[in-house]
Amino acid sequence: MIDAATKTALSEAFPSIAWSEFRGDTRAVVPREVLFEVFKRLRDEHGFDFVVDITCVDYLNFRGAEDRFGLVYLLASTHTNERITLRVFVNEPDLTVPSAVPLWEGANWLEREVWDMFGIPFEGHPDLRRILMPEEFTAFPLRKDYPLQGRGERHNFPVLHREDA
Amino acid sequence: MPPAAAKTLEDLAQAKSRDYVWTLNFGPQHPATHTTLRLLLMLEGERVVDAIPDIGYLHSGFEKIGEHLNYNQYVTVTDRMNYISPLANNVAWHGAVEKLLGLEITPRCKYLRTILVELARISDHLLCNGAVGLDTGAFTYFLYAFYQREVLYDIFETLCGARFTNSYTRVGGVMYDATPLVIEKIRAFVRNFPKTLEDMDRLLNRNRIFIDRTKGVGVLTKNEAINRSATGPIARASGVTRDLRKDDPYLAYADLDFQICCATAGDCFARYLVRMAEMRESLKIVEQAIENLPSGPVNVGIDERTTLPDKKQVYTTIEGTISHFELVMTNRGFEVPNDEAYGAIEAPNGELGFYLVGDGTDVAYRARCRPPSYIHFALFPHLIRGHTLSDVVAVLGSLNIIAAELDR
Repeated sequence: MIDAATKTALSEAFPSIAWSEFRGDTRAVVPREVLFEVFKRLRDEHGFDFVVDITCVDYLNFRGAEDRFGLVYLLASTHTNERITLRVFVNEPDLTVPSAVPLWEGANWLEREVWDMFGIPFEGHPDLRRILMPEEFTAFPLRKDYPLQGRGERHNFPVLHREDA
Repeated sequence: MPPAAAKTLEDLAQAKSRDYVWTLNFGPQHPATHTTLRLLLMLEGERVVDAIPDIGYLHSGFEKIGEHLNYNQYVTVTDRMNYISPLANNVAWHGAVEKLLGLEITPRCKYLRTILVELARISDHLLCNGAVGLDTGAFTYFLYAFYQREVLYDIFETLCGARFTNSYTRVGGVMYDATPLVIEKIRAFVRNFPKTLEDMDRLLNRNRIFIDRTKGVGVLTKNEAINRSATGPIARASGVTRDLRKDDPYLAYADLDFQICCATAGDCFARYLVRMAEMRESLKIVEQAIENLPSGPVNVGIDERTTLPDKKQVYTTIEGTISHFELVMTNRGFEVPNDEAYGAIEAPNGELGFYLVGDGTDVAYRARCRPPSYIHFALFPHLIRGHTLSDVVAVLGSLNIIAAELDR
């Protein structure tokens, strides 16, 4: 839930934001072009100083979905306990999203995980490497077109013998 | 031939200092990491110049599995995330599911879950503080803590038959109602535990060795704690007065009297003290909740069509039979909105939340977990820079990193 004044101020500054409410949570769909400005405004003017979570949803098989990936930013204010959910939709081939690390240091590993699992590149991220999967892994395992059992990475791995190691 | 690089004095100084930097591989199997994680430490003598965490050793695709198991089955996977306090994960998971479904659980269930989360918090803090004690040389302290964890395991076993992986909650309720024996055991724990807490206080709070090892080590300031998304005892030890139990009361916390424990120093010792103080507050909550446990059903009614009705209803009423049948058939029972919701609780380690996307079926389309360990481990290089090698274990212990939750 966020303050009505915050919502009005944001809607005036960014008319392209689409608002919705669900189970008491305020959600906003933000176009990618203004995403970083919205972050900056939320942090500097409305006190949203805390990143709760950054994640992504792959809407490949989702009924009625028009976009492929939906990034989800859960932000909170430690002063007023307001919470806001920002969603950004991106489509292939251009998946690049501005990184939130310049504003919130806590976004660092969260964005790395999204890159690792979904292959969404964050522009301006200081250290965008794989984090949970091994570095030589090529696929993005949480995408919906990646099978639950994997593509044979677990049983077709290269075997190193003692004598050639 | 002189070295080609070295252009300015600063470069020279840097190159010279690099000569003394050596790397140490800490983990993935090391007794002081307690779990499977790896650190690349760059050391200058004994001083840590930088630390590069390398994680993913226990990555088992829990979020991918969440897209293939239904809302009741997945609770077994949440047990295995933070296996130090599995009941808190169960409650967090089903709290988020019920938020997505828009389901209001019964008052008895709310109180019961509150009691269990607080007992889980005590067991988590006991292990964390015990491990900090163990790593800094206080073995007796660790055993004091572990004895009480055994008592808690006994309570959980009496409650649901499992000591470790409880899987106790269900959508709209719990597996079984608490029996009078469980209530009696919890009362006995509430009576006996303060004595152990006092003993533990006396062992470490003014222990010179322990204070020297932890005070001023791994300092996290308030602004950094907020900017780097720290939650739970780690944020509260840095002076962030954020606690979902007060800020956004869920379950029965609004009815209960307790306080938020904070410190301002932000070092390992402050985190230790906050955890000790939180155990006392948790005990207060458990005591109030167990004495005010409402009577009545523990699961939601059969017309909600989410929890299995009890056998008496199934065998003697038509509604019970139909409800049971509908629930065990695939894609019949749950009515899940095509929408997304985030539900979080204040788990022992910090904010534990689940971001769920429902697609109408009884399996989540996406089940994202916000793991506190993952976010806290990102703090580690920042906290350890400039300290010595022996401080690594103190800082690592006080962050309470559980690798199964870290990697999921």
